[in-house]
Amino acid sequence: MSANANVSARERILGRLRAAAPQSKPAAPDVHALYAAMRKDDSRAERIARFCAQMAFWRGEVVPVTADGWTDTLRELCAAKGVASLLHGPRGVHDSALAAAGIPGLKAYDRPVGEWKQELFEATDAGFTSTRGAIAETGTLIIWPDAAEPRLMSLVPPIHFALLDADCIHDTLFDAMTAEGWSADGGRSLPTNALLISGPSKTADIQQTLAYGAHGPKELVVLLLDKTRETAANAAEENRQ
Amino acid sequence: MSAQHPLQFVPAAEFKQRSVDATSDAHLRQSFRGAMDFLMAKRAAQFPDDASLQRQRAIAEAIRQYSLARLPDLLEQLERNLTAKGVQVHWAENAEEANAIIVGIAQRHSAKLMVKGKSMVSEETELNHAMEAAGIAALESDMGEYIVQLDGEKPSHIIMPAIHKTKQQIARLFAEKVPGVSYTESVDELIGIGRAVLREKFMHADIGLSGVNFAVAETGTLCLVENEGNGRMCTTVPDVHVAITGIEKVVEKLEHVPPLYGLLTRSATGQAITTYFNMIGGPRKGGADGKGAELDGPKEVHLVLLDNGRTQAYADEQMRATLQCIRCGACMNHCPVYTRIGGHAYGTTYPGPIGEIISPHMMGLAATHALPTASSLCGACGEVCPVKIPIPDLLIRLRGEATHEARPGHAPLVGQGAARSALMDAVWAGWAALYTRPALYRAFGWLATRFRFLTPPTQSGWTVSRTPLKPAARTLREQLAERRRKTH
Repeated sequence: MSANANVSARERILGRLRAAAPQSKPAAPDVHALYAAMRKDDSRAERIARFCAQMAFWRGEVVPVTADGWTDTLRELCAAKGVASLLHGPRGVHDSALAAAGIPGLKAYDRPVGEWKQELFEATDAGFTSTRGAIAETGTLIIWPDAAEPRLMSLVPPIHFALLDADCIHDTLFDAMTAEGWSADGGRSLPTNALLISGPSKTADIQQTLAYGAHGPKELVVLLLDKTRETAANAAEENRQ
Repeated sequence: MSAQHPLQFVPAAEFKQRSVDATSDAHLRQSFRGAMDFLMAKRAAQFPDDASLQRQRAIAEAIRQYSLARLPDLLEQLERNLTAKGVQVHWAENAEEANAIIVGIAQRHSAKLMVKGKSMVSEETELNHAMEAAGIAALESDMGEYIVQLDGEKPSHIIMPAIHKTKQQIARLFAEKVPGVSYTESVDELIGIGRAVLREKFMHADIGLSGVNFAVAETGTLCLVENEGNGRMCTTVPDVHVAITGIEKVVEKLEHVPPLYGLLTRSATGQAITTYFNMIGGPRKGGADGKGAELDGPKEVHLVLLDNGRTQAYADEQMRATLQCIRCGACMNHCPVYTRIGGHAYGTTYPGPIGEIISPHMMGLAATHALPTASSLCGACGEVCPVKIPIPDLLIRLRGEATHEARPGHAPLVGQGAARSALMDAVWAGWAALYTRPALYRAFGWLATRFRFLTPPTQSGWTVSRTPLKPAARTLREQLAERRRKTH
């Protein structure tokens, strides 16, 4: 493919489009009005409940955890599921907490994938990632991989554990992207790969029969950290005493 | 499927014969009837409130029309923003150019194996064929696509490629073609077999290919919609990722994506959302001192923008609506013709109603003029289309273009007037003469009713599955006159 031929293909396509493009342009569609009309105005608790119900519908497991105890819960889950190796981010914010939890087989994603691809694919039982937030309407996790938590952690290991802060659950995808300004400044804050994940990998390609674990994780476990509920529970506990 | 052209489409010109064959295949009929009923019910369950659905369709249509009106500007903006993020953008006028670009990229990397996520545009260009010819294996990794490729077939549905196959057929196929696999009808086990084979391939592939569902101009983002995770594998594991898309898939703003995405998955498979929504904004970041360096993701990302007849549709105000399509497949799921003949009969990449209106631009009317006639004009396709493409109107328009000269002031389409025949012209001329001369018309009516015993008992294709047409004993006019006499 010579550069010239390519330039001319570009010019010819754009030329044909420009020659035919309509003179009067329709006005910008009012997406905000659409979502304003559909808005549910749920309370925080309703939003969390909706997220949990939807995630369960996709066969994602939601496990309530506490700020102090989530690593213990994770260790217990790993033991129950027979996880012999748990992958975590090399410089993730939860590094020290994980290390202190005494989870057997904990290993860091600390070198480029090309150096250990086979081990990642064949000898890694589970991956643990943080999340940026979630979407209640559809039971969806928002995950922005980066250097500290690479892209494949939520895809290759058969089990994906994801820690979600209940304060970061938005009503809809539209709400999440507008509230967080994803497209501000030409989308400069967006990572090289942003992900929405709703349940474990699945397919219905054989006779419309749903099967899980098509290529990605067979299980998705959301560790739901709800500090408000925790505070309320603690207060109730103190009241009783 | 023809052994002669294992990777190519059968000629669309043989559409009628294949339709006849398909309608007499009870298994195929059953597969499609069952699958279409299933998909229609799932879609309907997602839209319990019609007023809300109509609001969403109106916005989706407005977004697509707004984007198309600005298409050349948006493509340039997309190119600018992607280039700034390190994505290499290529333009191709036709399938051969697109394939040459992708083969070239693969050869520069001495690639031996390409893994493919689901991409109908790569089916359109018959990329697999071009890759094989260059000695590079191209492996489909969507479960449905993997199954049809293993059997030397092509997808029969744009969303569910193996919809024409029963699990027994797939069980036999796997037992025959996958080494070390014994016959099993368990869907979980069959998927497990595909998973094991394909994970091995993801690990070793040099290059990954994907389509694009939405390309966002303002942020330079490529969005991919999928359930299985093979799309993420193809775009993340190999060192090189090539995305290919039609030029019409671009939208201006990120906020234009949620309404389209929400309607796409609900219309396609009746899901509120897919398992994965994969937003790609460039290759793995190097990091200045190696500290912020990303540890996975492709080191190179390419985007191939393909025309292949789309600018012909764009040039006509009415036919431009064809490009509003977001490829949900709802039109085929609801089409009484598609449900009965299945996807392969069409002989084109895109079957069903959307295929009938887009294929003439890609392949020319000479090869495809029969397709727009494969509709009873019941209107179901237009009614369910999430972006409100007036498909029935476009079918009628293309039928006209296939049998007439171009309208004044319009450039002729490729294959304009290809379906015109001396016989049809003569029949219409005769019909016009009869219906514009009352005396002649009355004489014809009298003769047809009095000599109705001469009606042939077999009438070409009509009597294959229907009783023969026979004129009444008296013309309608005579019958009405008779009734008036009696009542007075």
